[in-house]
Amino acid sequence: MFVSYKWLEEYIDLTDVTPEELAEKITRSGIEVEGVEVPAEGIKNVVIGHVVSCEKHPEADKLNICQVDVGEDETVQIICGAPNVGQGQKVAVAKVGAVLPGNFKIKKAKLRGEASHGMICSLQELGVEAKLVEKKYAEGIFNFPQNAEVGADALEALMLDDAILELGLTPNRADAMSMIGVAYETGAILDRPVKLPDLSYDTVLEKAEDVIKVSVEATEENPIYLAKVVKDVKVGESPQWMKNRLVAAGIRPHNNVVDITNYILIEYGQPLHAFDLDQIKTGEIVVRLAKQGEKIKTLDEAERTLSDNHLVITNGEEPMAIAGVMGGYDSEVTDQTVNVVIESAYFAPSSVRQTSKEIGLRSEASSRFEKGVDPKRAALAAERAAQLMSLYADGKVLSGTSAAEHMDIKEKVISISLEKINRVTGTDLSEADVLDIFRRLQIEADSQDGLITVSAPTRRGDLEIEEDLIEEVARLYGYDNIPMTLPVHETNPGGLSPRQQKRRLIRQTMEGAGLVQAVTYSLTNQQKVTEFALEVKTPVELMMPMSEERSQLRQSIIPQLLESVSYNSARQKDSSAFYETGSVFLSEGGELPNEEEHLAGALTGLWQLHPWQGEKKPVDFYVAKGILDALWEKLGVAEDIRYEAAQMDHMHPGRTAAVIYKGQQIGLVGQVHPVKAKELDLKETYVFEIKLEAIYQEESVPLKYNVIPRYPSISRDIALVTDRTVAAGTLEAIIKQAGGTLLKQVQLFDLYQGDKMEEGKKSLAFSLTYMDPERTLTDEEVVKAHNKVLEAVKQETGAELRS
Amino acid sequence: MEQRLQELKQEALEKVQHAADLKELNDVRVAYLGKKGPITEVLKGMGKLSAEERPKMGALANEVRDNITGAIEEKQEGLEKEAVEKQLAEESIDVTLPGRPVPAGHAHPLTTVIEEIEDLFISMGYTVEEGPEVEKDYYNFEALNLPKGHPARDMQDSFYITEDVLLRTHTSPVQARTMERHAGKGPVKIICPGKVYRRDNDDATHSHQFMQIEGLVVDENIRMSDLKGTLNVFAKKMFGEDREIRLRPSFFPFTEPSVEMDISCKICGGKGCSVCKGTGWIEILGAGMVHPNVLRMAGFDPEKYSGFAFGMGPERIAMLKYGIDDIRHFYTNDDRFLKQFARKEIR
Repeated sequence: MFVSYKWLEEYIDLTDVTPEELAEKITRSGIEVEGVEVPAEGIKNVVIGHVVSCEKHPEADKLNICQVDVGEDETVQIICGAPNVGQGQKVAVAKVGAVLPGNFKIKKAKLRGEASHGMICSLQELGVEAKLVEKKYAEGIFNFPQNAEVGADALEALMLDDAILELGLTPNRADAMSMIGVAYETGAILDRPVKLPDLSYDTVLEKAEDVIKVSVEATEENPIYLAKVVKDVKVGESPQWMKNRLVAAGIRPHNNVVDITNYILIEYGQPLHAFDLDQIKTGEIVVRLAKQGEKIKTLDEAERTLSDNHLVITNGEEPMAIAGVMGGYDSEVTDQTVNVVIESAYFAPSSVRQTSKEIGLRSEASSRFEKGVDPKRAALAAERAAQLMSLYADGKVLSGTSAAEHMDIKEKVISISLEKINRVTGTDLSEADVLDIFRRLQIEADSQDGLITVSAPTRRGDLEIEEDLIEEVARLYGYDNIPMTLPVHETNPGGLSPRQQKRRLIRQTMEGAGLVQAVTYSLTNQQKVTEFALEVKTPVELMMPMSEERSQLRQSIIPQLLESVSYNSARQKDSSAFYETGSVFLSEGGELPNEEEHLAGALTGLWQLHPWQGEKKPVDFYVAKGILDALWEKLGVAEDIRYEAAQMDHMHPGRTAAVIYKGQQIGLVGQVHPVKAKELDLKETYVFEIKLEAIYQEESVPLKYNVIPRYPSISRDIALVTDRTVAAGTLEAIIKQAGGTLLKQVQLFDLYQGDKMEEGKKSLAFSLTYMDPERTLTDEEVVKAHNKVLEAVKQETGAELRS
Repeated sequence: MEQRLQELKQEALEKVQHAADLKELNDVRVAYLGKKGPITEVLKGMGKLSAEERPKMGALANEVRDNITGAIEEKQEGLEKEAVEKQLAEESIDVTLPGRPVPAGHAHPLTTVIEEIEDLFISMGYTVEEGPEVEKDYYNFEALNLPKGHPARDMQDSFYITEDVLLRTHTSPVQARTMERHAGKGPVKIICPGKVYRRDNDDATHSHQFMQIEGLVVDENIRMSDLKGTLNVFAKKMFGEDREIRLRPSFFPFTEPSVEMDISCKICGGKGCSVCKGTGWIEILGAGMVHPNVLRMAGFDPEKYSGFAFGMGPERIAMLKYGIDDIRHFYTNDDRFLKQFARKEIR
């Protein structure tokens, strides 16, 4: 809502309050003023001139030589290129020395040999937005009315020296979508009275209801319908002041009849519609729901198809307007119109909202109706329209109103105790303080024994419950004046849940291991949605995505991380190590999909680089695996994790492992398949993705100290020759199993599968540590255990001691 | 004999002096002080001396021996020191060469901001609650006093999955779910961080996915002044003790009264600059007293209980705190962006 400071002054005394001060006060007490704009800022020395003569420039077809009276001793000669300039016009003249928007300075000039001492201006040249310039002057200069005073300040005459406050209205403050509404708000803030327009005018004897009958079939959607009739109107230009105010409000002037309806829209917040009476051949107005598939050509010349829940204004036969949204083309007021019907109605907000949404049409009218206008304004606005038509369109107003009213307009009575006001806000106001605030708001309020009873005026539809009154009191008392306290209640300890603590532990471990946390989008495209997914489900899709690229919810984080890796490598960052924790979305057919939290990582390029010492270690499978192993240690689940070679889509068939926790696969780690990597513009890249739920569910084992052993341990190394296909993990498991309780640690320290090895064989060397915490082991005991180990590996894998 | 001893001493000391290394020095020691050395040899002739001269000569011999030993020890110490110095000199390195890089990861700046806020509220007795990102319309809207057809639904166009399921547009449904779980019994004191989604085209100031943190306190006698005090603590801890807050009336369907909180602009100190668009204040968050309909729908008696709620965007806070100009940076994971937040900011 654009609020003209000068227009507002008509309803309220703004002495001693600058526009900026007013903006600040309004912002602080309820409605955010998003900006204060002075249209004339940066413009000076523009006056009203009278074109005394206007002749074609002898040397240029499109230029005119004008002698212009600018209220000085002599006329000035101005060369003007506007197609519509003509003798006798009153125009805006930027004199020599004037400044126009964009710091455009007007100087003496010579155009094709003729001197020019200034410029005749269009409204656009004076900074008025093109869409607000009335069509008549859109392609040329502006003409003032003939009674404009020559030499007077043109900016003042155009009201460009105004200040426009832009209000950012929240949906509850529909009351401030009108000048009068803003005046009430301002009155409350400044504690000054509001002056409402005088509504007196003359009527003729003929009665409106004899000329047009009004009936409403859909009384729920349309509780109030009023029609005024004005005859013999002269369609023409509106008075300059009205045009100025409309432009300030962001509305383009058309003609006096249309302008008057728009003026009242802004003044009262009441949308009006004017019909050409002579186009309503039936002599009646019937408001009803549209028939399914019924068609209407609207003002914008578009044909629209209606549904049976859309409210229409008809002539008893055909629709003439979509109620509260837009008028029809056929009954529109034109330059030829003589007799006018003015509609002032109250349409149910939900009905207008639904219609406007379904038809895809939003207008100044619909945006007000759908938020709820003051039902009392319909009658006032109808009177105001009749008055302005008689004053500024020379119309004869018929007496009375043709009306269909099905609404009992009542003020809502709300009671609240003073104690509650103070309890909820934390203030210590008296009854008098509270009553004074309602007096300023011009809201009727009484108090008895601490109970305050308020009659909420119909213009404030947002006041419905006690809390709404608390807000009124608090905002006018001033949020600044509310004290600062902290909640007083039993102290409850705050903290993170085990799941949240584990998440932070994962984060710290990943970062400690050298990974950078990434955050990517949950929405992805159809192709990526199931790529690398540990479990593939039917994708969860948006009904109306904004693009195919962001249309489905991810089932794996890896594709998004790879995108980040590729983004960076395209920017000369060849090494990346990212991790992310976040949700993936797996539909199980229920109303909501399962949201599983996953940890994912992606690594590429060099893991270690220490060039001057000649060290350059690229990322490999074991780097990725080692990072996960560090995590299992931190989480205390290392004992329950194992890895198994696995085959997965888009993963290297020989370099991928399934991560198994307590017998269930919870993740994968491995190299992205080189074909896939190439497709994504990636070099050798390793990834992992882990489902965290099972680990989150597991209760953390309490930490307990074990006595440091007092007896020495004994180490024995063995090198085993086996088939290459035997996994180190298998051997290790057999060794552990066979070693019994004395075997405390098994560590692989060498792998050899070079030339000196028989074809298809490899050698794995393990260091085994034996110990008994209770005593020193004898050599025989160790030999016995060790032999058992050797026997077991030989039996189960055919492994031999390397000779 | 005396003369011979003096000569030996002179000779030995000279050789000690000239010993080039520890080996030569040891040779001198063996040569002069050994059992077959010349001093022993000389002393063998003691038997020929008179009883008076014998102790005198014995003392002299010991003195010569001690002198030589002392000189050897002194020389040895010097030589050893020299050897160590030589070794150290050989071992010296260029300490300005780069050290071995340790892989160092770090958190995303949004995580840093969110955890800082979480920790601050945890210290005030809040717990952290979470909920699904794909949410029922009921929890996202209806339970928050936004029935179907409510005009305020336009404020946040949403990504729907079905008629009744959507990507949550705020973390408020977590509040609704948590209150429902409390089944009408206070206190509820929670903070809810998480991802949210809105139908916005991604540009410098809009993102279809972003983070939100909301807080909720419901108990008997929770006042608007408590909200103001809590937000003041938050603003000062998060943005600096010198910051002022101001509350402005606003509108949210789930709170009444509703407020927006501004903090004084740090850049200009409240005088007005481009960051605060000349107002001296920067909008940080929305808040208010929980609407009685919201309490009622979650099973709380609004006559007995009251509460406050607030919500903010970690992206906006990070952008203000660190001067970030484009919200998309948070989601492209450009190393040149992320690495700027590797350092921990200690305040």
